[in-house]
Amino acid sequence: MSHSPGDTPCTARQPAGGVPTTLRVNGASHALTLDPRATLLDTLRETLHLTGTKKGCDHGQCGACTVHVDGRRVNACLVLAVTAGDRDIATIEGLGSVQSLHPLQAAFVEHDGYQCGYCTAGQIMSAAALLHEPCGDSDDEVRELMSGNICRCGAYANIVAAIQDVRGKR
Amino acid sequence: MHSFQYTRAADIEEALRLAAPPSEPGRQVRFLAGGTTLVDLMKLDVETPAHVIDINGLGLDQIEVLPDGGARIGALVRNADLARHAHIAAQYPVLSQALLAGASAQLRNMATTSGNLLQRTRCVYFRDRAARCNKRDPGSGCDAIGGHNRNLAVLGASEHCIATNPSDMNVALMALQATVHVQGPDGGRAIALRDFYLLPGDTPQRETVLRPGELITHVGLPPCAPGTRSCYVKLRDRASYEFALASAAVVLRVQDARIVAAGIALGGVGTRPWHCPRAEQVLVGQAPSAAQYQQAARAALQDAVAQSENGFKIELARRCLVHTLSTALPPQ
Repeated sequence: MSHSPGDTPCTARQPAGGVPTTLRVNGASHALTLDPRATLLDTLRETLHLTGTKKGCDHGQCGACTVHVDGRRVNACLVLAVTAGDRDIATIEGLGSVQSLHPLQAAFVEHDGYQCGYCTAGQIMSAAALLHEPCGDSDDEVRELMSGNICRCGAYANIVAAIQDVRGKR
Repeated sequence: MHSFQYTRAADIEEALRLAAPPSEPGRQVRFLAGGTTLVDLMKLDVETPAHVIDINGLGLDQIEVLPDGGARIGALVRNADLARHAHIAAQYPVLSQALLAGASAQLRNMATTSGNLLQRTRCVYFRDRAARCNKRDPGSGCDAIGGHNRNLAVLGASEHCIATNPSDMNVALMALQATVHVQGPDGGRAIALRDFYLLPGDTPQRETVLRPGELITHVGLPPCAPGTRSCYVKLRDRASYEFALASAAVVLRVQDARIVAAGIALGGVGTRPWHCPRAEQVLVGQAPSAAQYQQAARAALQDAVAQSENGFKIELARRCLVHTLSTALPPQ
């Protein structure tokens, strides 16, 4: 955001009572001074400009903001960023690249696992964690463990197909 | 979200010191564990603590298997880790099943044992500051009575509050006779979970017997005697990621083809995780039979009172309990 001369500077990001916090995101460290109210989701998007992680419900119900903290999937909207210092945070930006897609990204393309795409980053980060969690072979077990990710376009059938493809279950 | 002071406590002593009364009157202090309830409610300005004490660094994240086969579960053990723990899954399947029936994979990775115990008993009106709610704003009234109450309590409600305790884990812990261990300004104490939750009465803002400044440190589980079977069944409007319309946790010990001990609790129907001593009494000493299970279910729901939209939950809870008993121990 740019400010014209005379604008009141935005102080919300670095308040007087800010908490020094080092966030380690996709392997890069960021020394920040954070308002304790800032969520990890808002900090990723608004402060670090990593906008791949999306805000849906902002209450832990939709899964669009799913990221990994120390390798585990969590809802970034319910994490206060000051509590995430010195932990390994992974977002969709760190999962693959245009030149080298993560297998799940390639599978979502192959199986058309989205329509509008808004939930996709959360779906893929959630699925990337699922690959390392106890999960049975069946589609139903994948659906159960992906129930924290809502797709308003209803691409569920193709999302499950993409995940099962990567798991070698179809 | 209201402004608050944030402090990360290094150890239990520091957490207790920071939370100790007396502070300024009305100055609310909250311990922050997984944040899945607290941060959500802070965003809604329903919770407005002046001071948030982060307890994630206290090291209370271990599950200890005791020499007698019981377990000591640290307050900060995540729900996902508790559900998947080998000893818990083998000895207390009712607890693993209940945990895995709750919330989503993401939330189970965040939510903690003590946070789940203390998640608010709540309804949509509690979350909506435009509505009247005696729990959020004592004395203001209850918009749930006569309002949208399809999913609210049929057991333990008062004229002041009919909100349901939404936990699955707490229902299993109730059936398992868990004990809550706390530390506070006056030292430590152990509270039977069955004595831990309060009925709403005319003070629905008070949900537990915890005193100001007390911190849950761990939860104790008694050993499961040989011949114990347990099971959790949850009925809901959709197959996953939804609160219970009715759920049941059952722990039965069988000896010589008779039930010699029973732990029974219901979820989704009570203003607290609902212990059912009368249903237990019906079963103890009896051979497992369909008729006994029906009688136990009638006893469990004997005092149920329907609101305008939730009468169906009374029969649903009865059938849920019969099904859960039959799954844990098929009737002869």
